[in-house]
Amino acid sequence: MKAPATPPQPATPAGQEGMDRRSFLRTSAVVASGMAALAASLAPLRHLTDFPSTEQFLQKYYKEMTPADMARVLKRIEDEVQKQYGLRPHVKDLKPMNGVEFVYALNLTRCIGCRKCVHACVAENNQSRNPEIQYIRVLRMPHGSMDLEKAEQNYQPESVPEKGFFYMPVQCQQCRNPACVKVCPVHATWQEPDGVTVIDYDWCIGCRYCEAACPYWARRFNFAKPSLPADRLNLDMAYLGNRPRKRGVMEKCHFCLQRTRVGRYPACLEVCPVGARKFGNVLDPESEVSYILRTKRVFIQLKEELGTSPRFFYYFDV
Amino acid sequence: MIQATRNYLRFLARCGRIAFVGDWRYYAWMGSLSLVCLLGINAYARQFVQGLVVTGMSDEVSWGVYIANFTFLVGVAAAAVMLVIPVYVYDNAELHDLVIFGELLAVAAILMCLAFVTVDLGRPDRFWHLIPGIGQFNFPASMLSWDVLVLNGYLLLNLHICGYLLYSRYCGRKPARWFYIPFVFVAIVWAVSIHTVTAFLYVGLGGRPFWNSAIVGPRFLASAFTAGPALIILALQIIRRITDYGITDKALLTLRSIVQVSMIINVFLLANEVFKEFYSGNLHVASSKYLFVGLHGHHALVPWIWTAITFNLIALVLLVLPLSRSLRWLNFTCILSIVGIWIEKGMGLVIPGFIPTPLGALIEYSPSLNETLVCLGIWAFGLLCYTVFLRMAVPILQGRLSHSDGQALPAHSTPASRPSAASHL
Repeated sequence: MKAPATPPQPATPAGQEGMDRRSFLRTSAVVASGMAALAASLAPLRHLTDFPSTEQFLQKYYKEMTPADMARVLKRIEDEVQKQYGLRPHVKDLKPMNGVEFVYALNLTRCIGCRKCVHACVAENNQSRNPEIQYIRVLRMPHGSMDLEKAEQNYQPESVPEKGFFYMPVQCQQCRNPACVKVCPVHATWQEPDGVTVIDYDWCIGCRYCEAACPYWARRFNFAKPSLPADRLNLDMAYLGNRPRKRGVMEKCHFCLQRTRVGRYPACLEVCPVGARKFGNVLDPESEVSYILRTKRVFIQLKEELGTSPRFFYYFDV
Repeated sequence: MIQATRNYLRFLARCGRIAFVGDWRYYAWMGSLSLVCLLGINAYARQFVQGLVVTGMSDEVSWGVYIANFTFLVGVAAAAVMLVIPVYVYDNAELHDLVIFGELLAVAAILMCLAFVTVDLGRPDRFWHLIPGIGQFNFPASMLSWDVLVLNGYLLLNLHICGYLLYSRYCGRKPARWFYIPFVFVAIVWAVSIHTVTAFLYVGLGGRPFWNSAIVGPRFLASAFTAGPALIILALQIIRRITDYGITDKALLTLRSIVQVSMIINVFLLANEVFKEFYSGNLHVASSKYLFVGLHGHHALVPWIWTAITFNLIALVLLVLPLSRSLRWLNFTCILSIVGIWIEKGMGLVIPGFIPTPLGALIEYSPSLNETLVCLGIWAFGLLCYTVFLRMAVPILQGRLSHSDGQALPAHSTPASRPSAASHL
């Protein structure tokens, strides 16, 4: 019958299904070396510095927080920022204003491609400087074409504007029909009543599906721990706006809601040296943006054919 | 009731114990897989500390080999159904006992899928936000939430079917048809759904013309039903060689005809896609151009896709020739199909969707070493799971691990630990 491959063992039940002394020692040695190997492979975890606290781990979804929850979270965020940067910020939870729907209009005839808006945005919104994150990308386009595949993003001329080109800054288009909101599996990004698509940075799981879905390449992911010098920190912060982000979450342009929800202009608009940028409440017929949309014969919603219906309009002086 | 629970727990314990028993080849195989697993865990620990910056991904190409492997493996999992359909719909007796091997492969593949999705998350600590009830589950709007449901559902269905059939065999009972046949038929539809939903993840993105094409779903299924059964053909022969489990050549050749038909459809659909992209010549062809011929001096994927196409075409020719009735040629063909489809589904589908970016920038992607180690670790984990499943299932199916011998005949409880000795008798 069957030839035993190991030396014959006593035919007691213990020798078959139980453990004798030798196999016990052998098993222990195997288990111990296995555990040691596992511990060694997990060694990089010793350098983990930003592991979430219990409070962070259990934090509720933005829309489910009571005012008391929110107050506690805001204070905690202020503490965290103070601990990290040595400066005490003021973090608010700003709600959309009634009867307001923000839209942006950008005059392609005027834009000279100086990228001042890009840097003003970074300074205002506490983006990471290393790795560098920017919400606005200025495209240099050849005269006469709207084909984005002809766009150049890394133009480096001695001075702008250059002959034969026009410039088109692209940032979050705050779509009425946002692809990013639809695809998010956890509702971490949504459209607010004032038309701003926001992100709860404390709810995002970092799957980057929204980044794949966005037709305007407007979303940015924190691949590494964001870092910025403390003296560059903008201390005027909002929960859904420019408060410092964490590693592993998405962020993007939110129309500077820490400014615009208290009646100020976005930073990119204020800095623009040629007045190419216009911003306001489209529900107010007297606003500048309403006037532009009413009177300009042509304006462009980027990739209009996708049905995203941007709140960002490009127009020309005629 | 208490006795039944006790029996079941004893069954689980004995299955667990047998997974740690084998000859030296078994230990060598499991040891090397565990080693690769540990390398993967080490690489993932590094990613967990530093973030996804240790991968080759960027804002431009925001998904990489993790999602590529995920996509391929969903196909492998779905393909188990190609064993189930002949048996339960067409009463093919030859494949009957092999269904379990296919379903166990599906379970291992789904476990790998879940691992690949998890390592791709920037905030794995927040996975609970996805759990319906306590999190915020964006169902039915987000295709990813559908994917979470169908993948976990498929895992449970297959665990139930395999687990029930194996336990019945272990107890020496005839399985009650009502307790598994309905699930088998649900699983058939479900298998198609997991791969369709995974295709819809991509198809649903209007801003990515390369993916936003109705043919992606059918192509996914065709390629899955090619690569999956091809993988099963290879796995069955390995099982046949290292255990004494009887698997007929006829069963393998039945699977060959499935691979054959699927490969013909797969190549045909690919040709459709290529024609549509290049003949109409509209502006959305940039990604395809980048993939097939390179774009503005960037052509990292060109050698990959042509390797894939060459492999698929050679496999197609071999499959339609009678030559591939010989197992040696069939195995060669299966390897070509698997590699070809892995490239086509992974590098060839996920990556070019991101290149150029929606704003026209050309940023290329290649996986980093760390990312590759994580992938290898997950593959090793999957193989480890599949090996363990087989280690438990084969003796049960052969009747060598059963309820009665557990009590009456302890001496025969582990002969499967020396499969080579047994098979030479």
